[in-house]
Amino acid sequence: MAKVPVQFTLNGAEKAEFIDSGTTLLNALRDKIGDTSPKGGCHQGTCGACSVIIDGELRLSCLTLAETCNGAAITTTSGLSEGGVLHPLQRAFLDAFATQCGFCTPGMIMAAKVLLDHTPSPSREDVVEALSGNICRCTGYEPIIQAVLTAARSNSQHAA
Amino acid sequence: MELRKSYFADQRKDDLHEIGQPRPRSDSPSHVTGKTAYFADRNFPGMLHLKMVRSPHHHARIRSIDTSEAEKHPGVVKVLTAKDVPHNVYTILILIQIGPEDETVLADSKVRWKGEAVVAMLAETERAAQEAAAKVKVDYEVLPAVFDMEEALKPGAPLVNEYHGQNHYLYDSGECRKVRFGDVDAGFAGADHILEQTYQSSPIEHAPTETTGCIVAPEGNDRFTCYTNTQAMFFTLDNASIILQMPGSKLHFVGGTVGGGFGGKVDVIVEPIAILGAKLTGRPVSFIYSREEEMQISSPRAAEKVVIKDGVMKDGRIVARKVTGYTDAGAYSRHSPYGAQKGAGHYPGPYTIPNVWIDTYCVYTNRTPSSAMRGFGVTIGDFALEVQMDKLARLIGMDPLEFRFINAYRDGDMKAHRQPTEGAALIECMQEASRAANWPVAEKYLSMSSYAKGA
Ligand code: FES
Ligand code: FES
Repeated sequence: MAKVPVQFTLNGAEKAEFIDSGTTLLNALRDKIGDTSPKGGCHQGTCGACSVIIDGELRLSCLTLAETCNGAAITTTSGLSEGGVLHPLQRAFLDAFATQCGFCTPGMIMAAKVLLDHTPSPSREDVVEALSGNICRCTGYEPIIQAVLTAARSNSQHAA
Repeated sequence: MELRKSYFADQRKDDLHEIGQPRPRSDSPSHVTGKTAYFADRNFPGMLHLKMVRSPHHHARIRSIDTSEAEKHPGVVKVLTAKDVPHNVYTILILIQIGPEDETVLADSKVRWKGEAVVAMLAETERAAQEAAAKVKVDYEVLPAVFDMEEALKPGAPLVNEYHGQNHYLYDSGECRKVRFGDVDAGFAGADHILEQTYQSSPIEHAPTETTGCIVAPEGNDRFTCYTNTQAMFFTLDNASIILQMPGSKLHFVGGTVGGGFGGKVDVIVEPIAILGAKLTGRPVSFIYSREEEMQISSPRAAEKVVIKDGVMKDGRIVARKVTGYTDAGAYSRHSPYGAQKGAGHYPGPYTIPNVWIDTYCVYTNRTPSSAMRGFGVTIGDFALEVQMDKLARLIGMDPLEFRFINAYRDGDMKAHRQPTEGAALIECMQEASRAANWPVAEKYLSMSSYAKGA
């Protein structure tokens, strides 16, 4: 099978790979580039565990072909903390007991980040809506919702 | 949060300084940074992908299997059938002497449930394995199937599993696990009211976010490292050793964080065949359930049917209880004989009843084999029992909480399965629940204690 080149930035770093045409971004990130923070829970667009941010928008990497990402800026949860300091969302998930098995966590944090980037002071309903594409089988969601609301509050304090 | 220290004050030191204090989870920092390593977060050069050819029928004899077209498919490296598996018929609990071995790793002469593994396809890519799997031709003679437990127990029902010889597990106590305590007939004869009800549940899938799977890497020294999300590491290692007829010293199992289990990852399903694939090809093998397989193939919680007959007095005492429980194992035992047995011990609930008669059956049907899930064997039983308790309270016009105080077990009470009650705290929990839920009960119940019969 002919390989196709792809080039994009991942968490600010330039990446270039030759991939099989038809490879999903999820598989390219995990198997080729070695960023395993996006998880594959269904490979069919139903669980949200593979969520990443492409050019500021939330995307399911299992339904995105890697070759469509040429020139894109991609963000994953592994790239959120800076210099060992946790992002406010990561801090809030940790403090609010919003992780159990942790498998949904990277996808949840991506969905929450896109929400807060667009809506810095979300209502509870906004949070529920933003996370509605992400399945968690462990926590019962409430601690996750609280974590996102807490992160939003701490962001606005930083901004003030 | 309020910590009430008055209960059992004489039994403990007052140094419960952890309770009510938040403590960070030790695994959270790596979860929130995406650094936690799950079994699938590994990639080995030359890794093969395993896909199963599965039975489209609930019950069928296998006349022949033709893998010739599949073998020619580009990318296919190895095709495995029953004859490649050194010890193909196994059962998980054989490790604790619960036999007989009744399940095939790959089906040989028969399939007993829709989705049963028949042929394992190993290929360079997932896609090639999938496409080749579709080219395997299996000639089936479809057999009558049975899906209902009571139908399965009737004479003349299709025999699901020949290794058992009948459609139920044979306990040392006979066709069911039995508990006999007191004289249940005399209890019913003296009761003011009798209530018999039937409770049923459907299978329940755990649906973990991470699907079941493993990755096996052959080491240079003839050993195999198996990265797995099993919840039962040593059960899996020992069963793999039996199935592969390989000493345990050749098998190196590496577990780690499981992406949700809930009991659904205690069966030994993916590891032995993946190790065999790695052994026969000399290459790393990845066998990971698709979401569809996780939902359709992995064991659910068993369907159950519970028939409860209680004799109760107007003053609130339950004087007799007769329970017949049915656990739907599906086509194979896995953990179900144990689950059904747990139910037998559990059906009196946390109540002291002088006359008890319990039969629990582990039944084989042509449904997906069931297995462990959070409190299996007792969870559905508790649902049935507590609904029954509410119905009994209504029947005699009593408050449901006060009704439970009257029947609550206390230290020293003999349970129906001949285990004296120790460390009971039901009364104290209900007293606290009564306050917390603002569900008042008569003062005499608030002065009761688990220590002794009084009040
Ligand atoms: S893996 Fe992409 S949505 Fe589930
Ligand atoms: S923490 Fe396990 S799925 Fe969300």
